[in-house]
Amino acid sequence: MKLTIDILRQKDSASVPYKQIIEFEALPEDTVATLLNKINASDDLRDINGNPVGIIHWQCSCLQKKCGACAMRINGTPALACDTKLSTCKRGKLSLEPLRKFPTVRDLIVDRSLMMDNLRSIHNWLEQTAHHSKKAAELSYDASRCLQCGCCLEVCPNFMPDGDFYGAAAFVPASRILAQLKKNNPQELTALYQKNIYGGCGKSLSCHNICPAGIDVEQKLSNANAIAVWKRFFSS
Amino acid sequence: MRINIIGAGLAGLSAAITLAENGVKSNLISSMQSERAQSVMAEGGINACLNTMGEDDAVENHIEDTIRGGVNLADKSAVQGLCENAPEIVKNFYNLGVPFQTNENGIVQRNFGGQKKKRTAFVKSSTGKMLMTALIDAARRYEAEGIIKRYPHHVLQALHIQDNKCQGVTVTDTHTGDSISFFGSVILASGGMNGLFDGLTTGTTQNTADVTAMCLENGVELANLEFIQYHPTTIAIPGKRLLISEAARGEGGRLFVNRNGKPWYFMEEKYPELKNLMPRDVVSAEIVEVTSMPECENQVYLDMTGIDKKVWKTRLSDLREQVIHYLALDPMKKPIPVSPGIHYFMGGVWVDSEHHTSAENLYAAGECACQYHGANRLGGNSLLGAVYGGKIAALTAMKENGKQEVPAELKRVQSYSEVTPLFRNSVSQILGNHLKILRNEDDLNKALDELDLMQNKAANPAEIRLLGLAKATVNCALFRKESRGAHRRTDYPETNPDCQKQTIVKNTKVFFREINQL
Repeated sequence: MKLTIDILRQKDSASVPYKQIIEFEALPEDTVATLLNKINASDDLRDINGNPVGIIHWQCSCLQKKCGACAMRINGTPALACDTKLSTCKRGKLSLEPLRKFPTVRDLIVDRSLMMDNLRSIHNWLEQTAHHSKKAAELSYDASRCLQCGCCLEVCPNFMPDGDFYGAAAFVPASRILAQLKKNNPQELTALYQKNIYGGCGKSLSCHNICPAGIDVEQKLSNANAIAVWKRFFSS
Repeated sequence: MRINIIGAGLAGLSAAITLAENGVKSNLISSMQSERAQSVMAEGGINACLNTMGEDDAVENHIEDTIRGGVNLADKSAVQGLCENAPEIVKNFYNLGVPFQTNENGIVQRNFGGQKKKRTAFVKSSTGKMLMTALIDAARRYEAEGIIKRYPHHVLQALHIQDNKCQGVTVTDTHTGDSISFFGSVILASGGMNGLFDGLTTGTTQNTADVTAMCLENGVELANLEFIQYHPTTIAIPGKRLLISEAARGEGGRLFVNRNGKPWYFMEEKYPELKNLMPRDVVSAEIVEVTSMPECENQVYLDMTGIDKKVWKTRLSDLREQVIHYLALDPMKKPIPVSPGIHYFMGGVWVDSEHHTSAENLYAAGECACQYHGANRLGGNSLLGAVYGGKIAALTAMKENGKQEVPAELKRVQSYSEVTPLFRNSVSQILGNHLKILRNEDDLNKALDELDLMQNKAANPAEIRLLGLAKATVNCALFRKESRGAHRRTDYPETNPDCQKQTIVKNTKVFFREINQL
């Protein structure tokens, strides 16, 4: 299939972004990740104006939706490049942009360090031996699958990079810790959760269907709220 | 002085946490944050003799299986430490919140390849991801305290080794291009050599092999590079091989090939004791053999249709989703076509049982290091080896920290260079074509000739050293004139007791050395 690819390029964090349009022959069963690899392995590829394309910078690691590295805006929606087949492109058009809620490093690479900072600032760790229960095991399994890709923050109307609300990328991992706390032994996390998550969430749940790992985000939110805010610990 | 850790996967995190628990500060340097490390992809489980399945298991059995699986090439004293510490390691993960499947006796264990007892603890087919989440959370506490300092978008630019002593590292921030140098000891935890086989492995693109290549360039010894594990059950997906976990066979999956139009369960017929759960080197070689027989089709299938519905739901639901997503086939209803693919590198940076490399103040752990697995790794021993190895490397480095001389300054280094996709692809094609499951001298010499032709195309230091590592790997395979574990020579089909030694490569020289003797 012949694809017309509209890519938002940016030389470095200080440069002005610009659009580049490339026409490229690709297979419908290829993913966006495969396409980017093929483009980067092409010799002397030119855009529709005859300008050299050069290497398109993007991030990838596992290429099988287990690591979250390749999250970007694909046809306007945040998704993983390794999980998006070209057959989903309508009328042979594909647009690629970096995630917007994070500072662009270059081309499709963004700096997602903020998510690590936020988890540190809400003290997202266990300070005690984990309490195990059947309910906690199911929740922990699902929450532990979070890729920290940032897609959920991209679509969240309440998350702003410099704001106090940390979004699903924080409450999903937090729900794992909260589910394993002992009743009479709350941690700093419960108070910080109220400040940086419960207080800021507008319950739009736009994060619910965007998670590339398919985590039941809404359930994690309600469980985490129940524990951190209403003190309904999983341990009896 | 902070200890510098290169790599933030399971081995690197384990090292950083061990140091932090002992009050020792570290720099945790990685090309991407820990969630992107290859460790998150490990599926089937982690081995430890917990003896919860009523099978009268003992640590000695775990040691014996590991040594036998590695065809007597693993370091016995190191393996003993690994297996003895395994139960404690798994219990620690449980205390950190890993939701292992449990029953009234404790943590449930499943069958895995090359092991006669149920010894593999698991969380469905996502064990690596679960262990990583627990360790990432555990490390975060020390990060907040400033004990662990993360450099999460930084790559190794130079390893400073003078007179066989490691003085420190220079790293490049891939976001800004800035270089930073750190004095002090270095623990390498940079993963396996996938970068030599781009697109042909089940691993990540981030395990570029550059750190291992840099070791070779600096005269640090590498060992056993010829032992490359082909996992028997993988499928080709765009840009890579996708692993179908050994858990599929551990839970009852069966391999067959159509022979004269009828399914032949060749593993069950040939190996009546362990059947489909023979070590991976054996299964992969059998797949090559049966698919080359004139009466058989050229395709092996993995039949999981006989697995109980409850097992699918509680233990393999993620594996099923993955197969449906990538193959558009439901493994509950239909056998799936599989073939061997490169999965693990048993060789790498030479280390002793305390994880010293051949250079002072330089240590290595995890898949980048040559430890624990000998000629073939057992499933479930990689997660264990990474966690335990990281811990031992940290304890050794800690003990020797502060004794090293601090140089006035580190030598000037070349700017950071990267291997271009075209160059990597060419090297990978050569190695992929000639370093197959079955090798012979002609093929390996062809690989060397073709790699020689690449010499003029190597345009920067990273490409030159990648080529050096590629040649070293082929030279190791040429040097070992026998068949053992994952190294199978059609011109030397027998195992030779005189070759029960480690293949060492130092600069361009290859030689044998007794196991764990420097």
